[in-house]
Amino acid sequence: MSEMNQLTSINNELSNSLTESSTMSMGVWKRFRRHPGAIFGMIVLSILLVMALAAPLSPYDPEASEMTARYEAPSASHIMGTDALGRDLFTRILYGGRVSLTVGVLVVVLSIFIGVPVGALAGYYGGTVDSVLMRITDAFLSLPSFLVLILLSAILLEVKIPYLEGNSVLTISFVIGVFSWTTFARLVRAAFLGIRETEFVAASRALGGSDMRIMTRHILPNAIGPIIVEATLEFGYAIIEESGLSFLGFGIQPPTPSWGNLLSNAQDYFVKYPWLAIFPGLMIFLSIISINYIGDGLRDAFDPNKVLSKVGEV
Amino acid sequence: MTTYILRRLIQTAGLLFFLSVLLFALVNLAPGGPLSGQGQSRHIDPDKVELLKRQFGLDKPLPTQYLIWLVGNDWMQVDRDGDGVMDGYGTRLGILRGDFGFSFRTRQPVLTEIGQRLPNTIYLTVITILVAILVAIPIGIISAIRQYSAFDISVTTFSFAGQAIPEFWLGLILILVFYAWLKNPFTGDPLLPSGGMTSIDVSGFDLGDRIVHLILPVLTGALGWIAWYSRFLRSSMLDVIHQDYIRTARAKGLSNWSVLTKHGLRNALIPLVTLLALDLPYLFGGAIFVETLFAWPGMARLYYQAALERDYPVLMAVLIIGAASIILSNLLADILYAWLDPRIRYE
Repeated sequence: MSEMNQLTSINNELSNSLTESSTMSMGVWKRFRRHPGAIFGMIVLSILLVMALAAPLSPYDPEASEMTARYEAPSASHIMGTDALGRDLFTRILYGGRVSLTVGVLVVVLSIFIGVPVGALAGYYGGTVDSVLMRITDAFLSLPSFLVLILLSAILLEVKIPYLEGNSVLTISFVIGVFSWTTFARLVRAAFLGIRETEFVAASRALGGSDMRIMTRHILPNAIGPIIVEATLEFGYAIIEESGLSFLGFGIQPPTPSWGNLLSNAQDYFVKYPWLAIFPGLMIFLSIISINYIGDGLRDAFDPNKVLSKVGEV
Repeated sequence: MTTYILRRLIQTAGLLFFLSVLLFALVNLAPGGPLSGQGQSRHIDPDKVELLKRQFGLDKPLPTQYLIWLVGNDWMQVDRDGDGVMDGYGTRLGILRGDFGFSFRTRQPVLTEIGQRLPNTIYLTVITILVAILVAIPIGIISAIRQYSAFDISVTTFSFAGQAIPEFWLGLILILVFYAWLKNPFTGDPLLPSGGMTSIDVSGFDLGDRIVHLILPVLTGALGWIAWYSRFLRSSMLDVIHQDYIRTARAKGLSNWSVLTKHGLRNALIPLVTLLALDLPYLFGGAIFVETLFAWPGMARLYYQAALERDYPVLMAVLIIGAASIILSNLLADILYAWLDPRIRYE
């Protein structure tokens, strides 16, 4: 028994020293800070985030119409103008930002929850497990995903399920998430394939570490870099996909504002009232470009060798 | 290589079969639909619905419906007029024999509908790809050989921005600028049309009119790809010009031009060719925003209309064709890669 305990404690120490990554993350942060694009991205995204959080502070109601103030051009009282129902566009954009950013976060969480275990099991066990899981991944990758997203959200629009009714934020995140995990699965599988043959994994196994423990404590922490980079990029794709679906009318339904359906509503009037089209799209553009810059900065920060050979490259 | 291609083709058939079962189940098990009366304001007589269901074969169990969709029903008795009595053999041939059924919406054969739209999508997509490549290649090369120059820095910034602009917003802004704001100085008409493939009042083929209608859709569709390909080509060119064989070529006294084109560009283009093969289905898929924005009568707009009205036969056909083209372009990319780079061998 005491021998078992000893083994466990050695195993604990081993994994602690491996996951003890304060020095590693310090290095990552240092390199990240030196990437001007990434810093620009962090600042812009933080501003957007704070604005979305502060949306209730706006003096205007995002959904109540005011027929005396229709189509007002941007002015001091309505800095982005008003829409066809006299609603303050800036307020609606703030609330729309909540929707878009929430969908982004939920999609990333869901696709990590599906993709990481799939990739980990496939990469760690190999053989039949690997080929079955990877065939399923391939099947998902062979679908024209945006067209399937349209189909799924068109179907769900008519289905009455609690919490998912009428294409809520949850429905749309679920639909996008179910088609976004494949990259994580492939990435994690590749990392596990490489790391499972290393000596520290063999050492942990020799000391009696279980498969679960080896996967979660030894291999996964070493694959965290690519996962974080991919999560950042996925966050951006999710926002684009949600806006696209809402733009086509299959996503978030009015009167709930989202950047995509604001643009969609603008389609009929934007020639006369251009601010209705300019501002919502600008928000999508700003969030995507800052997320891409952050992703780029993270990629370089997690991969110092690449930074050395390609200093300053985008 | 032949064995490899054959094996991949057999895998493709298996994968497509699996996907078709999955999609068919998804589409047909979902509540609602064109005959449910849900989601539409018009009232449909319930007896009429039953009649239509029998005529379309929607009263049969799902596996039977799938079988009919796959191989047709000309070998089984069907209820042609929907009166509940079997009165003759079916006429469906099934998708394996090229029959995708009839559109619920227009009652036209799905293949006819697709046949009318596909050429328009191919026409727009091919021109978009050509423009994207012809612009991206010189940009990528110059920014690689003049690394960190002012040109390079502005190009890399542009390509970051270009990849972040959503197509549907770019299209709206372009319409705003070139249709609403800028006017033709001679006639006072909008500088460029905001949609359609041709003007309504133009009969026959008018090249000038065609080109004018292409500018905005192509710009909208191509910008993201220009950004992506120029960025990709830049890094692929940078990889190549740091290789030993480039140094060798320079050492033996070749001119800078022939080093860059014969040894540099040729090798840098290999990954671009395979990338292009992989991107092909996405170029078609991405057309959905361009086609809906500019009222372009293509495949993607057909799909969009079919999704609005739950026209299942059309949706199924487009999805299966889409999946097949993704799988085949993956195969094409692998084959091209081996063909262009003799170091790569498949077993």
